[in-house]
Amino acid sequence: MSRPVLPRSLAATPRLDRWVRFDDNLAVTVWSGKVEIGQGIATAIAQIAADELDVDIRRVSVVAGDTTQSPDEGYTSGSQSIESGGMAMRQACAEVRALFVAEAARRFEVSAAELRVRDGSIRVAGTDLSTSYWELAPQVDLARDASGAAQPKAAALHTVAGSSVQRRDLPAKLTGGAYVHDMSLPRMVHGRVLRPPSGGARLEALDTGTIRAMPGVVAVVLNGSFVGICAEREEQAVAALKAARAAASWRERGSLPQSTEVRDFLPAMRAERTVVGRIGDLPVAGAARRVAASYSKPYLAHASIGPSCALARTQDGHLTVWSHTQGPHHLRSQIARALALSPADVDVVHADGAGCYGHNGADDVALDAALLARACGRPVLMQWTREDELASSPYGSAMLVDISASLDGDGQVIGWAHEIWSYPHSSRPGSGEGVDLLAAWDIDPPFAPSKPKDVPLPHGGATRNAVPAYDFPAQEIACNLVRESPLRVSALRSLGAYANVFAIESFIDELAAAANEDPVAFRLKHLRDPRARAVIESAAKAAAWTQGRKGDGTRGRGIGFARYKDISAWCAVIAEVAVGAKLEVKRVIAAVDAGEAINPDALVNQVEGGIIQAISWTLKEQVLWDSTRVSARSWDSYPILRFDEVPEIEVTIVSRPDSPPLGVGECAAGPTAAALANALYDAMGVRVRDLPLTPERIARAME
Amino acid sequence: MTSAGMDADVTVRTLRVNGVDREVTAAPDTPLVYILRNDLGLKGTRFGCGEGQCGACTVILDGRAVPSCDLPLWSAEGHEITTVEGIGSEGGLHPVQQAFIDVQAAQCGYCCDGIVMAAVALLDRVPDPTDEAIVAALERHLCRCGAHTRILRAIRAAAVAMAKSAAP
Repeated sequence: MSRPVLPRSLAATPRLDRWVRFDDNLAVTVWSGKVEIGQGIATAIAQIAADELDVDIRRVSVVAGDTTQSPDEGYTSGSQSIESGGMAMRQACAEVRALFVAEAARRFEVSAAELRVRDGSIRVAGTDLSTSYWELAPQVDLARDASGAAQPKAAALHTVAGSSVQRRDLPAKLTGGAYVHDMSLPRMVHGRVLRPPSGGARLEALDTGTIRAMPGVVAVVLNGSFVGICAEREEQAVAALKAARAAASWRERGSLPQSTEVRDFLPAMRAERTVVGRIGDLPVAGAARRVAASYSKPYLAHASIGPSCALARTQDGHLTVWSHTQGPHHLRSQIARALALSPADVDVVHADGAGCYGHNGADDVALDAALLARACGRPVLMQWTREDELASSPYGSAMLVDISASLDGDGQVIGWAHEIWSYPHSSRPGSGEGVDLLAAWDIDPPFAPSKPKDVPLPHGGATRNAVPAYDFPAQEIACNLVRESPLRVSALRSLGAYANVFAIESFIDELAAAANEDPVAFRLKHLRDPRARAVIESAAKAAAWTQGRKGDGTRGRGIGFARYKDISAWCAVIAEVAVGAKLEVKRVIAAVDAGEAINPDALVNQVEGGIIQAISWTLKEQVLWDSTRVSARSWDSYPILRFDEVPEIEVTIVSRPDSPPLGVGECAAGPTAAALANALYDAMGVRVRDLPLTPERIARAME
Repeated sequence: MTSAGMDADVTVRTLRVNGVDREVTAAPDTPLVYILRNDLGLKGTRFGCGEGQCGACTVILDGRAVPSCDLPLWSAEGHEITTVEGIGSEGGLHPVQQAFIDVQAAQCGYCCDGIVMAAVALLDRVPDPTDEAIVAALERHLCRCGAHTRILRAIRAAAVAMAKSAAP
């Protein structure tokens, strides 16, 4: 018999007592490495554990992302929390349950099949004989490795997983303090950092004496080009930061591209070309015609509503940092390196932050806090400013995608070439050989960042979703990776999938229009995958899509589809728009197949959020700059979607309770972008291939 | 600098917050958001931008929803200030808070308390607002997670619930 395969995180941390504990007060503690970042994972993990253990969910507490006790599950990213963290928890709980049932069977001298578990009590069916997890806990040693032998419940037996349990963290968040920003420790001071005005800028001069003399200032930490301030009161830290900004002089590189248009600067840079996918041979023989188009996507900001924040404390030589990081264990080792400490002398404890859509400033501000806490010897609540958040967090990478297709006499695609230009899409701290935290590059001596690299397929960074889901008989997918980006880049929700799907699904629409075919019918003609077909058909049905109906000059509709990463959730999005002075989105209909839905309402919520954020990116967002500095520094210079611009949204789940659950946080981004561009085309006959779809770009395309 | 870290023009002021007079000692131009959060421990008023552009720090001042990040301490004196802690608690939620939970009108939740305050101010003034009036009341509020449609639904649901409980 072959050895059963454990879920990845459970294989990495196989000891069962690292995952589950039965507490004295009839409670259960489970430890997860997947952290709450606004996606509801803490609730979903509790649902999975409650179901597999057969205990009331109210008994279950989840401790996540605490390096003193939680398993290391890497980063909470890539829509992997359910797929990877959830499935590890499910298996761990199944193993624990099996051990307890076996112990009860021994005690009562019955077979395991005769035992029933209900809310933690274990009863011999049809008798009064019973015990419980808590009663047996002293006898059952969980300090043992998962074997992989226990079988999680069949999907049909799930009662908690699969139901729309309410988020457990919301009552606190809706009534008061609940975030790392709200934490407080005795003798705590408030921290601010004077960030360099542009990437790589070096501090030339700063008279720290006048800043130190300001009211309430406890310390001005000057280390190379790193300038930090600690003050008794928050407004005093703010005032000192303002004074420091006015007093500091910097030597800046002034080397940003002259144009902010992606197609002007990106393909002109030195790139390494790799073919990442090939089927058959291009160019194909017998093509009646060949068509090509080029699409682009600008740098995008995370733009969370709450600027990044961390709390740090040094006590008896031990540093503790409370952080809204996505990767507490990675952050611990990175901070330890930056401060020349042993990782054993550092702990990172996850605390909730504002919405996280990828690698934002969370890790950077944690090192800021640690540097200040070490320098001033008191706990420091380190808060980034709005400007820091928009101008100093990493951006989602700019991309350019060229697609060409060969068509046969019937308009069927027989050859397809997809060529990407992109900067890398991930520079997460701990994923490379360097120290990838902002302050580490400014202190003296500075640490080197990791050599820029991209995420390889199957997940992909620039290449994420570059392989079309359609059954094109010959295709070549290539990526021209430009390692050195003018602006700092890292993972932003869906990485390259947003641009690749926008390009593929726009181009498919162009081909359908050229062949005078309906966009839905044209897609289905090239698509065998039944789950792909089902989401497209389901969205079309929900939107009452009528074949062949055309836009009327101002109103139109468009569709976009993708299977996220080619291995995760299927999503089809249909948008209805009206075009006047600007592109207005009236209604969006989406259908999603994410396998087993652990929490259907939370799943729908994630998809709705993904759609709205993607509408914002697609209609409005673009990081701009002058020759030296980025201009995204406030909500004026980086506007996002507002309440009066948000459409009606309907999300349908294509239910597959027997299929493994798939993450949905990112699946809607690319399909939404394409649906909007395609709806614009349907409305007005105008094809805009460079994002965002601003009134200026639409007007230019009409010329 | 004094040992308490205060400068010379620090004054003692009395603020009326959530129906209670609270004495605070700070520079008179201190933005109200820091007084509420750090001196009075009312952390549901959140810092988002410091420029009155995102609505995360919204409180109700004499019945009007206003951002507290660009409101100096001196100008808040003599007014009735309500924060999210003043309208309800986990054990006794305000109908607007309850509706946000019923509808699950949040993802990260960071923008929500400011929006809840804007909604409470609106519903106190206009018990049965049109959809346009709700959107207009949220003009100064930003949400990044994309909970907008649920937030609008929650506010409509709260209006209905409040009308029901107010009925004789």
